[in-house]
Amino acid sequence: MQTDQYDIAIVGAGVVGCAMARRFTLEGARVLVLEKALDVLDGASKANSAILHTGFDAPPGSLEQACIAAGYAEYLEVAESLSLPILKSGAMVIAWTEDQLRALPSLIEKAHRNGVLDARALGREEILNREPHLSDDLLGGFEIPGEYLIDPWSSAHAYIFQALANGAELMRGAEVLGGTFGPDGWMLNTSVGKLHARQVINCAGLYGDVVDERLVGAKDLTVTPRKGQFVVFDKAASKLVSSIILPVPTKTTKGIVVCRTIFGNVLVGPTAEDQESRTDSSTEREKLVDLRTKGVKMLPGLELCEITAAYAGLRPATEFSDYQIHHHTDKAYVSVGGIRSTGLSAALGIARHVAALLQQAGYRFTPLKLPALPQTDRLSDYHPRDWQQPGGDGIVCHCELVTRREIEQVLNGPMPPGTLQGLKRRTRATMGRCQGFYCTAELAEMTRGKLKIPIGCSDD
Amino acid sequence: MIEGETQKETCQVAIVGGGTAGLALAAELRRLSIGKVIVLERESQAGGIPRHCGHYPFGIREYGRLLKGPDYARRNRETAERLGVEVRTQTTVTALHPDGVLELLGRHERSFLQADRVVLCTGVRESSRAQRLIGGGRPQGIVSTGALQSMVYLKGIKPFARPVILGSELVSLSAIKTAAHLNIKPVAMVEEKDRMIARSIMQPYLALKGIPLHLSATNPRILGRDRVEALEFTNRQGQRDVIETDGIVVSGRFRPEAALLKTSHLAVDPGTGGPVVDQFGRCTDPIYYATGNLLRPAETSGFCWREGIETARRIAADLDGAGFGSQSIPVIAADPAIKFVVPQRLCLSEIGGGMGRFYIGLNEPVNASIAARADQGLIWKGRLSARPVRRIQIPMIDPSKNRQASEIRISVER
Repeated sequence: MQTDQYDIAIVGAGVVGCAMARRFTLEGARVLVLEKALDVLDGASKANSAILHTGFDAPPGSLEQACIAAGYAEYLEVAESLSLPILKSGAMVIAWTEDQLRALPSLIEKAHRNGVLDARALGREEILNREPHLSDDLLGGFEIPGEYLIDPWSSAHAYIFQALANGAELMRGAEVLGGTFGPDGWMLNTSVGKLHARQVINCAGLYGDVVDERLVGAKDLTVTPRKGQFVVFDKAASKLVSSIILPVPTKTTKGIVVCRTIFGNVLVGPTAEDQESRTDSSTEREKLVDLRTKGVKMLPGLELCEITAAYAGLRPATEFSDYQIHHHTDKAYVSVGGIRSTGLSAALGIARHVAALLQQAGYRFTPLKLPALPQTDRLSDYHPRDWQQPGGDGIVCHCELVTRREIEQVLNGPMPPGTLQGLKRRTRATMGRCQGFYCTAELAEMTRGKLKIPIGCSDD
Repeated sequence: MIEGETQKETCQVAIVGGGTAGLALAAELRRLSIGKVIVLERESQAGGIPRHCGHYPFGIREYGRLLKGPDYARRNRETAERLGVEVRTQTTVTALHPDGVLELLGRHERSFLQADRVVLCTGVRESSRAQRLIGGGRPQGIVSTGALQSMVYLKGIKPFARPVILGSELVSLSAIKTAAHLNIKPVAMVEEKDRMIARSIMQPYLALKGIPLHLSATNPRILGRDRVEALEFTNRQGQRDVIETDGIVVSGRFRPEAALLKTSHLAVDPGTGGPVVDQFGRCTDPIYYATGNLLRPAETSGFCWREGIETARRIAADLDGAGFGSQSIPVIAADPAIKFVVPQRLCLSEIGGGMGRFYIGLNEPVNASIAARADQGLIWKGRLSARPVRRIQIPMIDPSKNRQASEIRISVER
């Protein structure tokens, strides 16, 4: 049995599962990642606001705050070696009403308690001097210089790539249907057959409670998906704003954010809508129009900017306000649940936290001495891009300047995309202004026979 | 800028975009004995949108015969090359600089090109689903007509079998013709407005093809997770209607392909989405010209071809030292019904010529008088009964007779 037994089976390849896979692989474990979708990052991780948060407004003393702080620190530490796209833009929390203005001192104090010591009040004039395109309706605010713009997809891809390069295995289209725990560990019953692992870590996000029930027969929490819609403005809009513009947060959401993206666009969102469905990430015109209006109100120059894209993401909200990470030591099972919108910032910290939990429970690690460091394509408009290097073999996606070489490398790489969505996330092809008007045909030809869901359809 | 540059290549005229206007213009420049004329085309073959319009009618005016798009594109290409135009394909212009310096990206390397005059001919594309704020999921199987045409005609790939066509412009009818080529059977045409955008004489064509037309279909939503499953909308009676389908063609609502412009030093007109030009076709940097559909969405190939030829003649005169002058006044669209007026500026030049007409685009139907005034003085007034997405042209004033004017206003008088 030894050869096909895994030390750790991770259920779910969202950003948390990818970070988990990297952590345990680096700790020397034999890791298997099971993802029920055809590609990684297909659930909550496929859409968010793409910000690396300091955690300045997390509840002080919470597990969430601790994981964000640790995740933030590790992200900055590994960003260079893993070629993670990152841009220090800083953030400003802006008050637009007297009530919001009154709330600022306590928020600054909270930031300081969370260790974000450079959070500092800003006067109206100072804000308008630094962000001259913001509406002069604003009343005041404070800055958090340590917030960054990142790319949620290449970050998670880089984590899983490093895991794969160091021996981890990934199975896509592999759903966990059930399992039994015995003296030898877990026998998992999956859609691709039976698999054996000593320890299971549930990182199933939107399906976390479902996987809990299938494996341990009880759930630690109930997931209530919360939908967030976003609109993305044309790259020309990025001249209008430098910092991440955050609203004064309320109980349910951080509110509407206006910020650049690392791809040089401007993003406005999210909405916060509780819903039953774990898959319905559809957008509604009414909500998009409303986001646009709110964006224009804060940043009037957006009025003349075109919209490039609109999307929605689902966050796995639960009945708890904090993360729910529980180690069922009797069953060698860790449930990582309730990772809300901050999961992107916290993922590396969550992985460290789970590694510490297992260590406390007597798990022995032998960390890799010289782990491989695969190089990934840094998809950022603020860093050198592939097209600027010789030999790119021509541009395929003209709006995002994606080269034929980049697309070929991804299609023939260690984790080829299962879907067109996956290809987009890995290369940015079709993600620009024209949304595929010019390059869809070329991509259809290049990917022929290579995607699980082909771009073309068969004749029958 | 690229480091380590040594010597810039130079030419008389560099043309960005080898579609109909760009090729016609390049050929005409050579007929007028302009020395080195280079067309920069980012696709693997020049010809532009007609390359993937595998149907009639093209070429009557230009070649005196009825051609399909690809044959028309080939003729435009061959004519230009025969006249000595250098057509450089798979060459992307990545930046425009003052003094006519272009940054180029070829298949293998980057370089600079400095031209005495640069002409932007980057054409138009259709608005995307996001730009039209069409809600719903994001499954596979949602394409523009342009993408459908290139998949079908250039690659022989069928993206779906029974799509819904969203939009009812001329190009939406082209989507039907394109679909037929690979035995794709559209199940419906859905239009948000209360009438067909293409002239309603096209309606019998739909009936002939057995494609139902749904007008006043508001708030469309696309359903489906992996692949398109249905299109949902509110019908004329205010009820939700669902059409089962495996694809959506998001057609029409053309807009200039102005990506390069927007990152350049040249002014953009929010009305057209294209560059601000004067009656000679010069942008706000007079080394740069623009012509064809980049000026405004969207005209026929024949129209763009003629625009290219006329612009070439002006550029030749300019290079010959015509001295168009630099003083210009704004042309203002002074009514909410008017979406844009081209040109957006009038050069108060002694030299006549230029476009000779204002090209007007509407936001809403107009049935009233339209007037052009230089300051307060009436220049021209006429009756206008027209709709959006129609060709509307009114006579341009003679700038040499209005040298004291500070602005031109185009207004609607109801």
